[in-house]
Amino acid sequence: MSTVTIILIDGLVTASSLFLLSAGLSVVFGVLRILNLAHGSLFALGAFAGAILSIDYLKWGRFPQGSFVVLALSALALGAVAGPLIERGLLRWIYGREQVLQLLATYALFLILEGLQQALWGGQAYSPWVPYSLLGQMTIGGILYPRYDLLLFGVAAGAGILLWLLLNRSRFGRLVVAATHDPEMSRAMGIDLSRVYTVTFAIGTALAALGGAFWAPTITVLPGFAVDTTVVAFAVVVIGGLGSIGGAALGAVIVGVAQAAAVQWAPNLELFVIYVVMTLVLLVRPQGLFARAAVRRI
Amino acid sequence: MRRMPRTVAAAGIAVLAASTALAATAAGGTARARAKPIRIGIVSFLSGPAASPFGIPARNGATVLIRALNRGALPKPYNKIGIGGRKIQAIYLDENGSPDQNVANYRRLVQEKKVDLVIGYISSEDCLAVGPVADQLKQFTVFFDCGTSQLFSKPMPYVFRTAGDQSTDAIAAARYVLALKGKVKSIAGINQNYAWGQDNWNTFSAAMKKLDPGVQIKDALFPNLFAGQYSAEISKLLADRPDVIYSSFWGGDLDSLLQQGLPRGLAKSSTLVLTAADTALPELGKNFPSGVVVGARGPHGSLAPKSNPLNRWLVAAYRAKYHTAPVYPVWHMAQAILGVKAAYERAMVKDHTKVPTQAQWMAALKGLTFRTPSGTIAMTRSGGHQAAEGSAYGVSAGFNPKTGEVSLTKVRTYSAACVDAPKSMSVSAWIASGFKGARCP
Repeated sequence: MSTVTIILIDGLVTASSLFLLSAGLSVVFGVLRILNLAHGSLFALGAFAGAILSIDYLKWGRFPQGSFVVLALSALALGAVAGPLIERGLLRWIYGREQVLQLLATYALFLILEGLQQALWGGQAYSPWVPYSLLGQMTIGGILYPRYDLLLFGVAAGAGILLWLLLNRSRFGRLVVAATHDPEMSRAMGIDLSRVYTVTFAIGTALAALGGAFWAPTITVLPGFAVDTTVVAFAVVVIGGLGSIGGAALGAVIVGVAQAAAVQWAPNLELFVIYVVMTLVLLVRPQGLFARAAVRRI
Repeated sequence: MRRMPRTVAAAGIAVLAASTALAATAAGGTARARAKPIRIGIVSFLSGPAASPFGIPARNGATVLIRALNRGALPKPYNKIGIGGRKIQAIYLDENGSPDQNVANYRRLVQEKKVDLVIGYISSEDCLAVGPVADQLKQFTVFFDCGTSQLFSKPMPYVFRTAGDQSTDAIAAARYVLALKGKVKSIAGINQNYAWGQDNWNTFSAAMKKLDPGVQIKDALFPNLFAGQYSAEISKLLADRPDVIYSSFWGGDLDSLLQQGLPRGLAKSSTLVLTAADTALPELGKNFPSGVVVGARGPHGSLAPKSNPLNRWLVAAYRAKYHTAPVYPVWHMAQAILGVKAAYERAMVKDHTKVPTQAQWMAALKGLTFRTPSGTIAMTRSGGHQAAEGSAYGVSAGFNPKTGEVSLTKVRTYSAACVDAPKSMSVSAWIASGFKGARCP
């Protein structure tokens, strides 16, 4: 089994989770124009919700495959509840304000959510590993991979396609495009901007939570991993281009594969290869690989 | 009889009361100090990735021991109440946070809470950060668990460590795996990327190369501490198929590595040697695979000497309170608490005092030999500040539903004389010399 194949497979698995994480961030920035520093916390909360609810579900003992449905539903529920709560409770007040203020506000949110995780689950680790091994293993080139990796990839691809369809082929998508392109004109035309923003943020939250929920079976969930997650999400989005779903997908694949390549070929670089790639992209194409260079609007 | 005049009675009572009070204050100096509890700051992971498998069991072990000591309920020679007759008052502190945060918390513990002693620190990076501060603040501090061999690279007069360092485990692992398999063609390592993980790998690989010169080193992987996700590393180890994989992973990281690696056959394609696996045995239970070389950072946990009366007491007391088997951090905590108790009570005898000073207490711990649930420990390394302890390994042999525990076979114990570098030599020099002077069975 060639090393390159291993790198591609491992890279795609990581990329699946990274895509779900960063697509939400990218969409939120593209529409609301806010860089949400607490985005990684939403991923972490999704992981906790998914882990705890699936562990509880499995205690029931019957139909263990239902745990996958539980993972998906817990993420969507988090998006439907936490998303509007955060958007109306915090973000609403900082639209159009200076970016520094927006960053500080979302950073404060991040700290609050970190504290919340510590308070609720500080000493407790959750290992929802049953869904991870439930689908068995498959052999690719002599190496065993869990079939769960395929599911993760499927969930990411499916979510990506649904998101694209929503934004490009639905009425709501047209509203979102209008609101992004020219908020004032949209308001003048009677579009309920606040509803568009709330729903968009809820979608972004649900995506991040979905990424977290399906990532949870592969790790031990504990407070604290949101920190690294946010940083990696930003790297992915910067590489792919803020505001672009295709960019988030490409960025996720690049970051995932780069990390996997580092582990195979240069383990010492594993920890900062993402940032090397990000720096290279910023040097060559600062707007990201997918975004078009736009004239700055005053 | 004639009733005493009220005034005389009152005067008598007053005199009696006054003289009692005077007598109390006179003896009061030492009596009050003796009655004053000994305040010990105990630092361990109470939240975060290392809490559930590790830091919390350590704290629980401290709770069980301290409560029993305060009642005088331990078997001999530790049956005296508290420490030297003084009850122990524990102040628990969470180790979760960066080394800088731990240093700040340590300073607060010492300067605001004014503890007599600090026992703590699981993570090697925290020990390396706090050690010099202990000397600065002239605070008697005992590290009960962290394993980096770099700790006493400079002498630290106020710091002691009552558990073996990683070199003990790494060298014993090399000897054990060669005794188990005869010859080993290739090895690989997956260890956390900080002092603990790096020291472990360096010692193990050097020992293996010395004991089995033809051995090939295939991979040396160092993911971040608390990374939690190892699928790429696991793919590499599965592709390279080394004979032996050595890992000093501990706590939540070890659980994650096993949960991700076992379904993919990691334990089947290589022999896993896990120096800190004891905490993962109850976590994984019947999912823990057979054929894994299990260590407990010494003869602790599932590898502790079952006939030792202190050990029997400890296991029973812990189970009675927490309804689960104790894991090796509990033994490390016991060594620290019993060690300082033995030192204090020795100082009481040696210095003819009921209340030894900090200097007398530390001097008594230096070079001390004392009994623990794992056997006898001698503080003979690093100028009397570092415990010389042996190690032990076994092979996992499946879950025993009757005991509710993973059973271990082929258990071997290695004495300190076999696996600890002698006083005069550094670990790397000792290995390079071919383990000069080692007394192995």
